[in-house]
Amino acid sequence: MAGRKGFAAAALLLLVAAASPTAAQTPPVEGIQIGLSTDAVSITAGFSGADLTIFGSLENPDPLVARQGRYDVIVVLEGPPRPVVVRRKDRVLGVWINLESETFENVPVSYSVATTRPLQDITEPNSYKQLSLGSANLYMKPADETDSPATIEEFTAALRDRKKATGLYSENVGGVQFLSQNLFRATVRLAPDVPVGTHKARAFLFKSGMFIKESSAQLEIRKSGFEQSIFRVAHDYSFLYGVFAVSLAMLTGWLGRLVFRKD
Amino acid sequence: MGIYLPIAEISVNVFVLLAMGAAVGFLSGMFGVGGGFLITPLLIFYNIPPAIAVATGANQVIASSFSGALSHMKRGTLDFKLGGVLLAGGIVGSTGGVYVFAVLRRLGQLDLFISLLYVALLGTVGGLMLVESVNALRATRSGAAPVLKKSGQHNWIHRLPLKMRFRASKLFVSVIPVLGLGAGIGFLSSIMGVGGGFIMVPALIYLLKVPTNVVIGTSLFQIIFTSAYTTLVHATTNQTVDVMLAFLLMAGGVAGAQYGAKAGQKLRGEQLRALLALLVLAVAIRLAIDLFVTPPNLYSLSAAGLN
Repeated sequence: MAGRKGFAAAALLLLVAAASPTAAQTPPVEGIQIGLSTDAVSITAGFSGADLTIFGSLENPDPLVARQGRYDVIVVLEGPPRPVVVRRKDRVLGVWINLESETFENVPVSYSVATTRPLQDITEPNSYKQLSLGSANLYMKPADETDSPATIEEFTAALRDRKKATGLYSENVGGVQFLSQNLFRATVRLAPDVPVGTHKARAFLFKSGMFIKESSAQLEIRKSGFEQSIFRVAHDYSFLYGVFAVSLAMLTGWLGRLVFRKD
Repeated sequence: MGIYLPIAEISVNVFVLLAMGAAVGFLSGMFGVGGGFLITPLLIFYNIPPAIAVATGANQVIASSFSGALSHMKRGTLDFKLGGVLLAGGIVGSTGGVYVFAVLRRLGQLDLFISLLYVALLGTVGGLMLVESVNALRATRSGAAPVLKKSGQHNWIHRLPLKMRFRASKLFVSVIPVLGLGAGIGFLSSIMGVGGGFIMVPALIYLLKVPTNVVIGTSLFQIIFTSAYTTLVHATTNQTVDVMLAFLLMAGGVAGAQYGAKAGQKLRGEQLRALLALLVLAVAIRLAIDLFVTPPNLYSLSAAGLN
């Protein structure tokens, strides 16, 4: 029942939408910008997930295309890459045992996507593959590439599936909304166990199914508070931490005897 | 009320943990055991990762055994020399155990190994205790006096070399089985997060023929140090000790133990042992079921290159 300590990491773009007068003859080239009002977000111990709002804008949008709703935006918040082992349980003598495993290098710990429309309506699968965009298209590099492709495929699918089940990989269809012709707002989900570290926010602009431009920004996610200090001490000064844990236990045992003496 | 555990990295309910600590403390006060063998499986049932449940269980055991050993020291029912030799073996066993623990964790077989060890040990100990206590209950009902083995009887253990005299226990015995017993308990302590009292006490009584009155104090004495050592080594090599979790369990535990001790005085020895045996068997069966039931997810993820 950890209180949903929402936080508003409102991220606002410099709305100085390049108003520079471009040469009247050349057709304007659309661009996309996102900006974060802060480059670091602190989450507290009771954090149980939240929505992160990112604002952004289109540069030089064609009013006609915009009116017809043919601009699409996909915003991704990608967590820091880490190596991951995927294990599969199999039955041995009736007992379920972790048997086969596959290690992948540099898998983003989290991957939250927000889109204007369902992914399949924005552009075709091939261009997602080229952009390595969307959790289904992320390339996961196996550490041992000599394994059979079928095995690698199976474990890659399992990896995506587990990540989705824990909420670390999420998709928020309709999470990007145009507030005006230029301005849009993207809402990406942060899972309760969102990893700390440098996250990368990326925005992709599509026009009638064609990829136009990408822009990115960095966001540092930190945990703060008492519990985080304990975690840091446990890892940085592990021996002292152990001594502390032992002393605390002895003190509690001794106090317990003083308070509740029975002999 | 929710609280975030810094090492386990999950949110849990404070009152559930306090109640868990109090319930186990109550039982440990009633039966005179440390309670580690109940705490660790309970934490695993409560979705605490097994690696953290084990290391934190060891930490929690220090509190209950320290408080128990203090009262035995006052009563003089503690053999420091015997405890010291057991401890020397315990340090060796515990070091080996933590090493095996780290290797199993890397291989992804730690959870399975912990469950298997629990099922095997709890099943055996619980089964033996149940048989013994039911026989004792039957014997008292039929009016026959319980037959006790004579403490003077010798077995093969007493023919081993390197004998040493333990005055407080009125014992003259080879150090080999004492060191071996200590090492075995140390190994279990680091892999299972238990103090090992539920094995140590019968082993001291039946194998080494230590007088019953010094057994519990001596066993508690050595358990303090073995579990303290285990806690330290887990903290430094695996970073799996969660002080927040341990403290909540201890706080509930020390309070519960007092009421348990009082309740224990009202029950007869055989009844107590039969109840404890049923409890131990229930935990073993629950863990065994998890091994055989098809898990909801066949795939699991873990960080690669984990310490």
